[in-house]
Amino acid sequence: MKVSTLAYSCGQGIKNIKRNKLFSLASVGTITACIFLIGLFYIIIANFQYLVKEAEDSVCITVFFDDDITEKRIQEIGEQLGNREEVSEIKYTSADEAWADYKERYFAEEPDLAEGFRDDNPLAGSSNYEIYLKDLKMQDAFVTYLKTISGIRKVNYSENTANTLTDFAKVVGYVSISIIVILFAVGIFLISNTVMIGITVRKEEIRIMKLIGATDIFVRLPFVIEGVIIGLIGAILPIIALVLIYQKVIVYLMTQFQSFTSIVTFISVRQIFSVVIPMALLIGAGIGLIGSKITIRKHLKV
Amino acid sequence: MIVLEDVSKSYSTGSPAIKNISLKIEEGEFVFIVGNSGSGKSTLIKLLLKELEPTSGKIFVNGKDLNTIKRKKIPEHRRGIGVVFQDFRLLKDRNVYDNIAFAQRVIETPVKDIKKRVPAMLALVGLAEKYRSFPKELSGGEQQRVALARALVNKPTILLADEPTGNLDPKNSWEIMKLLEEINKGGTTVVVVTHNREIVDAMNKRVITMHKGVILSDEKKGEYSYES
Repeated sequence: MKVSTLAYSCGQGIKNIKRNKLFSLASVGTITACIFLIGLFYIIIANFQYLVKEAEDSVCITVFFDDDITEKRIQEIGEQLGNREEVSEIKYTSADEAWADYKERYFAEEPDLAEGFRDDNPLAGSSNYEIYLKDLKMQDAFVTYLKTISGIRKVNYSENTANTLTDFAKVVGYVSISIIVILFAVGIFLISNTVMIGITVRKEEIRIMKLIGATDIFVRLPFVIEGVIIGLIGAILPIIALVLIYQKVIVYLMTQFQSFTSIVTFISVRQIFSVVIPMALLIGAGIGLIGSKITIRKHLKV
Repeated sequence: MIVLEDVSKSYSTGSPAIKNISLKIEEGEFVFIVGNSGSGKSTLIKLLLKELEPTSGKIFVNGKDLNTIKRKKIPEHRRGIGVVFQDFRLLKDRNVYDNIAFAQRVIETPVKDIKKRVPAMLALVGLAEKYRSFPKELSGGEQQRVALARALVNKPTILLADEPTGNLDPKNSWEIMKLLEEINKGGTTVVVVTHNREIVDAMNKRVITMHKGVILSDEKKGEYSYES
């Protein structure tokens, strides 16, 4: 296709929007509503997933060592574990550090009581590694692996927390994908109906084009361009609305529910909209493209 | 140029629209196809444009067997045929210039060529002054001239006119027929479907008379002979 033909089709697409203002407005409204819902849902889901991830990141496995283990062996185990693919962070706490920490927490006001244990650390066997995994799904397999390492006496981990968080993240993921797919399909259906009304009005025009020798792509292109432009406009409006609403809601929650927001953190506007904006534009253009293509197809059979 | 070999066309709902028609129209001929409503004239035009497929038989246009043309080659076939309808079928939201230029844009003619060719066509049909007018601002005769200019702008070898004077008064009808005659003199094959007895009788051209899907007569220099 020549560049001049492409430019002509773009011009016709824009003219079509102007000529059919009412249909164009209805289509923009339809897409705006759909993308607003998709965006809103995505933002809620993303924040949930973010919370779950934060919770997952705070879950760790603690390993304790045999009483007769040497410092060298502890160090070897640390290096071995630190090199594992699934480990995101590993922290060593010696028995002395554990006791110092304990003293600070429970004997801060009565240091004399703790003095009695000066030469006999009551937490002598408590040197340990705290291991944080990149993905909690790997926990079971990793714990099994830990139990095979010589020198490790005990592995502490919370199976329930890990499983609950992992399952919750899974459910949230599935539900979000399902709802986004449903909304996308609804969007295509609605835009297809709206475009169909517009095309029905111009059925005769399409017939004339075909009878004087227009190719399918020449007839289709202005409609597709029209659909994509409407889709993009229909995406920009909810993006603006969502940015404004998200900012306001975060500020409101931060000021009105301080105790709640001290344990819950939200994804920043910049971070979440770096995904929402391209996603909304792609969905808008996609709905416009697919909707108009599907609708015009049957009218091309002249 | 146009050859039909034992062509029939039946619609799923009723009796055949065309029954076992065979005919040949040579390059540069001027032919009237006459007959009453339901005689199969319009079906014939649709078959030539490959808007419809024949139920049986073969159709050749410009040497191409229409039965074997692939779907994506149909636009190319139609570009060799100019077509004019009774109801003009102009694009109502475009002015005269754009209606004619549109046919050129369809075949991706360079813009500089469109700018030369469209005014020439407007001059040919006598509408040079009205290039900015919209269809609703024109009389029936003027709209048909625009349709004629659009049909001819891509220099087709065949011009099909389906009841081109059906919506026109006698004066405008004659002007359109004179234009068609001029176009024919330039070498374009012209096929006019009509039931305008006065014009057919006066033009003294080949007349194919159809009735209920069959050819009743085919006269070299004929008259509108069928009485309903």
